[in-house]
Amino acid sequence: MDNLILMMAPLFSSKLLLVLLFGTLFGLVLGVLPGLGPTTGGALILPFTMTLDPLSAIILLTSIYCAGTYGGAITAVLINTPGTPAAAATCLDGYPLAQKGEAGRALGMATVSSTVGGIFSVIVLVFFAPILANLAYEFGQPEYFALAIFGLTMLASIGDGSPIKNLIAGAFGILISTVGKDFMTSIDRFTYGINELSVGIGFIPVVVGLFAISEMLTQSTLLDQVFKRVALKAVKLPTKDDYKKTWKTILRSSGIGSFIGVLPAEGGTVASLIGYSEAKRFSKNPEEFGKGSVEGIAGAEAANNAATGGAMVPTLALGIPGSATTAVILTGLIIHGVRPGPDLFKEQPEFLYGIFGAMLVANILFFIFGFFGAKIFARITLVPNKILWPMIFAVSVCGTYSLSQSIIDVWIMLFFGVLGFFMRRYGFSVVPVIIGLILGELVEGTLRQSIVIFDGNWLMFLTRPIALTFFILSLIALAFPLIRSKKNKKII
Amino acid sequence: MNNVRDKKRANKSLPFFFRTEFKVFFTIILVSTILLISTFSFDTVPPILNRGIQPATFPKGLLVLIIVLTSIIYYLSFKRPWKKEKNLPKPFFLTIISFILFIIISKTLDFFLAIAVLSVFVSYYWGERRIFYLLLVSIIFPLVVFIFFEMILGLRFPPGIITNLYYY
Repeated sequence: MDNLILMMAPLFSSKLLLVLLFGTLFGLVLGVLPGLGPTTGGALILPFTMTLDPLSAIILLTSIYCAGTYGGAITAVLINTPGTPAAAATCLDGYPLAQKGEAGRALGMATVSSTVGGIFSVIVLVFFAPILANLAYEFGQPEYFALAIFGLTMLASIGDGSPIKNLIAGAFGILISTVGKDFMTSIDRFTYGINELSVGIGFIPVVVGLFAISEMLTQSTLLDQVFKRVALKAVKLPTKDDYKKTWKTILRSSGIGSFIGVLPAEGGTVASLIGYSEAKRFSKNPEEFGKGSVEGIAGAEAANNAATGGAMVPTLALGIPGSATTAVILTGLIIHGVRPGPDLFKEQPEFLYGIFGAMLVANILFFIFGFFGAKIFARITLVPNKILWPMIFAVSVCGTYSLSQSIIDVWIMLFFGVLGFFMRRYGFSVVPVIIGLILGELVEGTLRQSIVIFDGNWLMFLTRPIALTFFILSLIALAFPLIRSKKNKKII
Repeated sequence: MNNVRDKKRANKSLPFFFRTEFKVFFTIILVSTILLISTFSFDTVPPILNRGIQPATFPKGLLVLIIVLTSIIYYLSFKRPWKKEKNLPKPFFLTIISFILFIIISKTLDFFLAIAVLSVFVSYYWGERRIFYLLLVSIIFPLVVFIFFEMILGLRFPPGIITNLYYY
């Protein structure tokens, strides 16, 4: 009961409600604009959160996350381009249905299933995050090391990249985290006499570079691309028949999305693809998929929004990000002096339940905004790239500079922008770099402390049941995508 | 169908050093090797201060892992060559040039002048010709951003010929 009251806190504070409204609207705009998204948007807005108290800051980031994930569906349905990678599966049926003159129905189904998926995942978050946090009390350094390794091996199966390339990108992310003074011995690593590098490479310059600047370069190669826009009169709520057809799919995908979200490093993109394929597998009319099936839209959208709450579970309970956007949220927590983990649940329940409540409200808000305002949000895509991207560049540069007031950070951002462009061009996903970067210190720190505990005997890892379980799970996580890719001949 | 496949696989007919997979493999291996060599120059700590492993050991392990994984993808590319990427268009290179201009101007003249120059350069070469929009992206918007960061976040931007007009 107390927790329920704590969850309602954002509703009774005008400041928090305002932050929620702004975050939801901003998230929708980011989700609608192809190439941007909650990860880039979260990274860009992170410096602005410094003026807010920790709860408001994290509420802002989480509402952007929830609304941004849904916003991608609007673009997917109307212009056949996913606003966010998580909406890629929505294009498969959303756009064909819109082409049949039923854009309103397609968006209505996307809005309802996203909201149900999102709310379902918040319930999962409320129940499972404290359980996982309690479990984390059993964790010592070796267990955290094994968990971080599990998170990293999960990178093999994220996105549409090849497993090996994802692992290379993940290892590269960890390598970036080693730049600067070694946090245990204060010995310089990879600094090459540049003083500014002694403090290491910041998370924000890398994220903004890999997401925003590399996307700017990608857009520079797509200037002749013409979008075929489908007209939208109004968003229509699903009919009784649609509900009958899709309620099982929505619930199944909500479960799938929440589960995938909880797995470290996985996120909405994987969830929506699995949600979509499972919807097709269980459907009585699988032949309609790809031609405008409402079940297809429901399957993908419920799953990707359900992944938002799921991904927050390991982020808050263990400090292991469940997705790229939660890696940004985790950075936000750390910047504001909040240490995620089991102690957070004991010491600051009002903070945590405030976030849970805010996510719940954000899901309801994006339903309202999406239902009544999708037509307006769709118009945002009309802003030409030649005006939009120079503006995004200005915000990226100032935002990156503002965190440490270092011009070197801006150059690092540009470097990672160019690098990210070429990584994506040659099939390397940039998400593993982000996850690797944020987990790097944890991996190295826990490894070194474990070795001290074990007196240099590596085999002692195998005597710890929890660590051993995570190592076995890591092997499965590595083997599964390799076998799947070999089947699909997509190992590289 | 075969034509499409042949086009996608056109990369295979090129000499190995022109193929995308070789270029990617070569670049990663070269950079990783240079970094690996540089790890040998890291200071070492005496055993009493050493927490488990030397500071260079972990990065060394990562670099070896990257080299091994890169070699695997290169080996696998013999069986399944990568598709040939389209050539990069002119606006891409102009955007890269604008980044270089940004670095030079922000270092020598002024941070905001650099943003303005990049914005107008990118916007113009991406096809914008209307004066109002060029002014919007190069002057009005950066000014709004400057005021916002300066007033709300209390941020002090690096000195330069334009920012000094405001600060002094």
